[in-house]
Amino acid sequence: MTTPTPVEIAEPDVDHVVELEDPWVTIVWNDPVNLMSYVAYVFRNYFGYTEEKAHKLMLEVHHDGKTVVSSGSREQMERHVQAMHEYGLWATLERQDG
Amino acid sequence: MKPFKRRRRGGLTATFEVGEAHLLASLAGQVVELLRDRNGAEESDADPLAAQLGMGGPSLPPEDPVLQRLLPDAYRDDPEDAGEFRRFTERSLTSVKVLNAETLIGSLVDGGLTFGEMPDELMNGEGDPVEVELDGEEVQAWLRALTDIRLSLAVRLGIETDEDTMLVSASEDAAVAAMSDIFEWLGYVQETLIAALD
Repeated sequence: MTTPTPVEIAEPDVDHVVELEDPWVTIVWNDPVNLMSYVAYVFRNYFGYTEEKAHKLMLEVHHDGKTVVSSGSREQMERHVQAMHEYGLWATLERQDG
Repeated sequence: MKPFKRRRRGGLTATFEVGEAHLLASLAGQVVELLRDRNGAEESDADPLAAQLGMGGPSLPPEDPVLQRLLPDAYRDDPEDAGEFRRFTERSLTSVKVLNAETLIGSLVDGGLTFGEMPDELMNGEGDPVEVELDGEEVQAWLRALTDIRLSLAVRLGIETDEDTMLVSASEDAAVAAMSDIFEWLGYVQETLIAALD
């Protein structure tokens, strides 16, 4: 049995709190190389999206030049970007409001 | 080639003419060399401990435009964040890409590709067709390796927009037209692979 030692609770760093509340997004960018079928496949296979959603996102990439494929913590988005680069897609992450 | 299709007992299979198989292996080999040069040959294998200790890789993006496309920035407008991310993750990414390309070559070798033929034999189409059989992991490696090969060709062809793809395929320069044909063919190979997965 152990007793917990009293711990000083520091005031949370304001910037840190903002980061926790400020979601990040993963953006996939269009490129002239990747097949539409491949991009849709990646969205299904990696993110687990339905065929319908994956197809919709793929068309957004194709027509708009980019689209948001996921949102969440910075760490999660970095993992997604890394995964996209492994697939050969080009992705970046940024704060949700740009 | 005989396009990819599912085997009844599981996995996918395709058959390549010997010249096609050589071409694929050669292109994959070039991707491996390029990535190895970036990493330094001995350090191509990702060392998880080193990565954890932050004894990472380069933080500046590559100068070679093919490598720039294979190893892109994760942050668009922030070179510092992009550099940090690259320092911690690039080595791992290049190692995985090397592994995928080597898996592709391995599948071809398993399917009967040998490197002993003389150029004349290849030109005459001699040599048995190469039949590849891919399990789930190999399929994933092929998908990614084919993409990396197509990306490198596209960069070398100067393809930056969808329009460029069409312009290049109509080029009167024999070398460009040949490379464009290969680029299109690789798209076909990948398309059949994806179709066989559904």
